Amino acid sequence: MNEATALDFNKNARSAVKDETLRAALQRGGAHFQGNRRAAIDTLPEFDRLRDEGRAIKDEVLENLDHYLEIFETNAQAAGGSVHWARDAAEARNIVLDICRSVDARTVNKGKTMIAEEIGLNEFLEENDIRPVETDLGEYIIQLRHERPSHIIAPAVHLTKGQVEQTFRKEHDDLDPNRSLEEPIELVAEARQVLRQKYFEAEVGITGANFLIAETGSSVIVTNEGNGDLSQILPRVHIVLASLEKVVPTLEDASTLMRLLARSATGQEMSVYTTVSTGPRRAADLDGPEQYHVILLDNGRSGMLGTEFQDMLRCIRCGACMNHCPVYQSVGGHTYGWVYVGPMGAVLTPQFVGVDTANHLPNASSFCGRCEEVCPMRIPLPKMMRHWREQAFEGGQVTGIQRRALKLWAYVAQRPRLYHRLARLPVGVLRRLAGRRGRLRSLPMGTAWTAHRDFPAPQGKTFQEQWAAQGGRTA
Amino acid sequence: MQVALFVTCLVDLFRPSVGFAAVKLLENAGCEVTVPAAQTCCGQPAYNSGDRADARAIAKQVIATFEGYDHVVAPSGSCAGMLRKHYQALLGSDPAWADRAAALASRSHELTSFLTDVCGVDQVDAAYAGTITYHDSCSGLRELDVQKQPRALLATVRDAHLRELPGANVCCGFGGTFCVKYPDVSNRMAEDKAADIVGTGADTVLAGDLGCLMQIAGKLQRQGVNIKVRHVAEVLADQGADPAIGEAQ
Ligand code: SF4
Repeated sequence: MNEATALDFNKNARSAVKDETLRAALQRGGAHFQGNRRAAIDTLPEFDRLRDEGRAIKDEVLENLDHYLEIFETNAQAAGGSVHWARDAAEARNIVLDICRSVDARTVNKGKTMIAEEIGLNEFLEENDIRPVETDLGEYIIQLRHERPSHIIAPAVHLTKGQVEQTFRKEHDDLDPNRSLEEPIELVAEARQVLRQKYFEAEVGITGANFLIAETGSSVIVTNEGNGDLSQILPRVHIVLASLEKVVPTLEDASTLMRLLARSATGQEMSVYTTVSTGPRRAADLDGPEQYHVILLDNGRSGMLGTEFQDMLRCIRCGACMNHCPVYQSVGGHTYGWVYVGPMGAVLTPQFVGVDTANHLPNASSFCGRCEEVCPMRIPLPKMMRHWREQAFEGGQVTGIQRRALKLWAYVAQRPRLYHRLARLPVGVLRRLAGRRGRLRSLPMGTAWTAHRDFPAPQGKTFQEQWAAQGGRTA
Repeated sequence: MQVALFVTCLVDLFRPSVGFAAVKLLENAGCEVTVPAAQTCCGQPAYNSGDRADARAIAKQVIATFEGYDHVVAPSGSCAGMLRKHYQALLGSDPAWADRAAALASRSHELTSFLTDVCGVDQVDAAYAGTITYHDSCSGLRELDVQKQPRALLATVRDAHLRELPGANVCCGFGGTFCVKYPDVSNRMAEDKAADIVGTGADTVLAGDLGCLMQIAGKLQRQGVNIKVRHVAEVLADQGADPAIGEAQ
């Protein structure tokens, strides 16, 4: 399941744009997120200042990442926690497995974590006879359906209520066929009932981290369902999966970023639950795990430092870029063919699975710039997609007719006289083909255009030709 | 004021009337307009395809061609944005060209914003009998902050009624080579845009970039919708009686 199918982007897109159920779900989700964000930002005049602050916090961290990670490690250990460094996905999976085996875990509760998706954790645990139970409603739904999340904060946003109901009726053996599941609240109640029983069976709870706090050695997660708390407090062992760039210097810094995160993600001032975990349960504590582990995953991130992709590491996974992306809103997350989707995925996925596999993603953008406009961390997403295109072009991955056509065009464009002489030819031909209609319904070489739209014909002679003919000033 | 018109490759090839409209508007604003013959394209096809070498070569050619004028004006937010923002990204680390790229950037403008912000034009002498809605082209809007300027000028066109387009700031799906490399996605975006335009009840849709306009016209006409599609400069220059984009001659 962790295999990237990003190579099939165009094929995936073709079926996605025809899927009316998906469309309904995406439209509802998009309108909801966009509207809520707008409303939240309109009531916070200093939002842009907050963005600058957030960017500065992350930039400072990225310039001194090893320093802050070491402080984090020292303080996490001082609080009784264990810190594990994982160079890649395989190392991270094995560390999780070793910890699970050390306590004979058969079941683990999982809070929502994209890092688990990134390293393909669920599949790996199942292969090793450990049952992962998703405690986040959206994650739980897609787990039942054997799907990937289609959105980083709303994993099941691609589904309608009706589809969720069908899924529960199919998968929940004890569900009374007469029970109503029409309202979202009834769906939540049904999921909760099934999930609550499972919470208590798990020996290990795995969560992600929205932030790691260097000064206290704590991890922080924000949720709206409170499920994160259950997955980390009830079991004996709590494992935090976090990538390196999640560290921030202080709790104060995290709270600045949380304000940005909640507003940009869901339009809330703050998420409903903010949970700070510092080490395992202490003698006087009423609850909490006996063991607290943090796995720090690199997986290529340190290699992004100092490159044109460093800014991407500021990402706080709010999802605003995809909520506002017309490409994402047209095709949905699954079309992107891997874990990260939308504009942030178009930048990150080539990093993780290779630009040869994921080259479509940074190309499938009209560079409309809305993602950068809404990104709370002011990440120049289009610029980074262009960097991937440059790497692909300069690395010789753009080949065949596409490369030759571009090179030929560029050759001519650098020779104005030749260009103007050659330009007359297609203009004349298209003009004649169109006749008096003013447009063409089909073009022999241009079916990619005319499959869906008419092609407006040129008016007649080129501007330059007419301008010169009427004696306009040319120098 | 000496103004060089950067016609843009699409206007040159497909819709010269936009170029003539731009000349008229600039001359009415008191500019002396030159159209340097050595211009071809701003280089976006190469730049956005990752071909930096060719994009740089074209950028240098444009810079050399357009030096020596007080201002460079394009009837396109996308091409003006290329000159204003991206040449510096391409040439900023080249000591021989960085300053020249910066100088060009500071003198380059999108047409409607040049008219209002630099020339101080607040009114045009034009009439258009119709209900107009306006689509904001992405680069002009987000790179150059072109939003109020075309609307302010359109508000002075006699007999014209303006109706805001819901989602005016959402991409139409043109995106240069994007529209042929990802035709299904591009089409979905065009359909959404077309639906929003139809929803306004306007009989005319305008924008400031020919790429978007060809996409929108092509989609509306394929759907059999009779809404006229024109470049904003054409209406401002009182050329609104000419056949619209893709319309029978
Ligand atoms: S790239 Fe920006 S907008 Fe997108 S998820 Fe990350 S922080 Fe949010």
